[in-house]
Amino acid sequence: MSQRQPHLALELGEHAGDLATSAEAAGFALVTIADSPLGGARIEAGVRAAHLARRTRRIGLAPTLHVTVTEPFHLATQLASLDHASLGRGAWVVGAQNSAEAYATVGLPRLDGAELRREITDAIDVARQLWDSWEDDAIIRDRSTGRFLDAGKVHHVNFTGARFSVVGPLITPRPPQGRLVVLGSDELGVTDRLDIALIAAPTLDEITDRTRRARADGAPLVFADLEVHPAGHSSPPRHLADGSSPPLRHTGGADELPELIERLGRVVDGVRLHLADPGALPGIAAALGRPPVTGPTLRDTLGLPRPANRFATVA
Amino acid sequence: MSHRLHLGVFFTGVGPQLIWTDPAFSSHTHIDTFIATAKTLERGLFDAFFLGEGLRVRENRGRVHDLDVAGRPDAITQLAALAAETSRIGLVATQNTTYNFPADLARRLAGLDAISGGRAGWNIVTTDNAWTGENFRNGGWLPHDRRYARAGAFVEVAKALWQGHPVDRHDDLIDVTAAPTVPARPVLFQAGDSPGGRDLAARHADVVFSANTDYHKAIAYAADLRRRLAGHGRSPDSLRILPGAAVVLGDTPAEAAEKARWIQREQVTGPRALAFLEQYWGKDLSGYDPDGPLPDIEPTEGELDPSRGTISIEHRTGKAERIAGWRRLAAERDLSIRDLVIEVTPQHSTFVGTPSQIADEWSRYVRDRAADGFNILPQLLPGTIEDIVDKLIPELQSRGVYRTEYEGTTLREHLDLPG
Repeated sequence: MSQRQPHLALELGEHAGDLATSAEAAGFALVTIADSPLGGARIEAGVRAAHLARRTRRIGLAPTLHVTVTEPFHLATQLASLDHASLGRGAWVVGAQNSAEAYATVGLPRLDGAELRREITDAIDVARQLWDSWEDDAIIRDRSTGRFLDAGKVHHVNFTGARFSVVGPLITPRPPQGRLVVLGSDELGVTDRLDIALIAAPTLDEITDRTRRARADGAPLVFADLEVHPAGHSSPPRHLADGSSPPLRHTGGADELPELIERLGRVVDGVRLHLADPGALPGIAAALGRPPVTGPTLRDTLGLPRPANRFATVA
Repeated sequence: MSHRLHLGVFFTGVGPQLIWTDPAFSSHTHIDTFIATAKTLERGLFDAFFLGEGLRVRENRGRVHDLDVAGRPDAITQLAALAAETSRIGLVATQNTTYNFPADLARRLAGLDAISGGRAGWNIVTTDNAWTGENFRNGGWLPHDRRYARAGAFVEVAKALWQGHPVDRHDDLIDVTAAPTVPARPVLFQAGDSPGGRDLAARHADVVFSANTDYHKAIAYAADLRRRLAGHGRSPDSLRILPGAAVVLGDTPAEAAEKARWIQREQVTGPRALAFLEQYWGKDLSGYDPDGPLPDIEPTEGELDPSRGTISIEHRTGKAERIAGWRRLAAERDLSIRDLVIEVTPQHSTFVGTPSQIADEWSRYVRDRAADGFNILPQLLPGTIEDIVDKLIPELQSRGVYRTEYEGTTLREHLDLPG
């Protein structure tokens, strides 16, 4: 159980950059950026995150990238580059949209069940291997021999998954955090691969239950999703299109939110807010009264150690 | 009608062009280097900052090539970050049509264009080799002669999605059903040197980034391209020609020439000269003296090593003839290995001189419509760019061939392209 105040995350939804800077000022650890390959008239999440990298200084940036509709090599490159541009604040919300419409955008066969879980696992595994493919000290700039790189420290990964293979190395040097922080729903069925399991459940009991399971499956951190609606809001819980559970809802005022978050904090390590009205953020920030996180990297903020490189030989 | 010069900087991020031994060189991968470069270019009123991309790290005989700068960010990600740090400069991403999904890439490019307020460009490239494809789902699926057919179809899909049209296309080149992206209109760049590339450029490109920099070649190239444009019903003014170029400035012609010689020797170091020959000999030549004669052994003819990132396709066959030619050249002119490599390395043309000399020469290119400007490949960072902005730009401005302020905000406006 967590001893400290739970970390705060904010889902930006379609709202623009100012919300991220406000969240940063309000002490949030990270923002997530939902996306869909069918997102149409919405700016792609990776592009938005990269832009925010230079509009913010301490907050983590977690775009949703879908493994089902992109090249795993590009995905790993884009995320590594986000981490470089943000000086170590990059994260990834693993998306796995697998509707027929999503797959039609790339002309790949639709996957489901165990096959889909294998694809997600492969995409996460190859990304982490590619992030390790350059050792931290691969760039040596040795004037005496004329060598810019130590070729022994830039590695082929020779990854073979169920449906794709990647030789590597990545075209981008190792990210500042070593590996980006990987978030994903516990309902993806790959909790053992996640740094942060995201739990959307309608009751505290169910959150408690699934948190226990996520920890047993090996997730270092667990965050609960919390929808925040204006006081007096009475619309019924929405049914999510992908069949996943609706998250916990808070319909009281901002004043009552700190207590709920504190209660959740006895169960989970963090709470991700989804604001029905983004205009509510200043009130929530005032009620919470938190200072900005100090970072400098997202791993520092979350207390996650920087991973050793799998290719580095132990000195 | 614009008779003004347009300038971009092509930041390749790999290869021997950039001299990392320069004491002023800090890091070619750190975001701060990109930000500082983009801001200097904006101060110099450049049209575009242009990032290269290659989808496999270059290798020499199965190992990562270790002599040149290497490692670069994803171009769209990096440029989206730079969009937040700049307000005018065009942001051009090199992106590959062979190893991308059209709807995915179109959506990311549209995002860059939207988030930058219309400053995005796309340098359209293709990859012919299965070696690069080993990093992708459909590795090596596309035969060399179909690269441009795929690229053309890919660009058509992207344009339709940007213009608000859904796409439903299923053939042997493209398999996509997708809804429109955010409205966008990235400026399309193309290298356009091979016949297939020239035709793709004439059909789709707004800017060509050619290797025909030499004045007479540039004149011939421009004439050929304008003829092809007409064949596609496009006006001759609907395309900008910006050949790649290197620039070496000095306060006197002698100083510039001396600096150019120094740069060349730094770019072709002894180990690099040997590595260059190793691509043709296909074996370890590190025991040879780069300042001595050519290797006294002949390469074994056979499968070319997979160093495809460092050797262009035209050079993968006929190696024995090429080597015989080099031997004749070296014997005739008494060249060492390093001298020979300096002599035969394909290079973008270099303008060497005082700011005033180069400003005169470039004015002539623009006046004669040999080129609409140049894409500059810096050898020194930040030196090359700072010199150009501080010394060459004022000379160009005083000749009336270069803007004195940005008139527009979009890349399309900077380039004076049809609206």
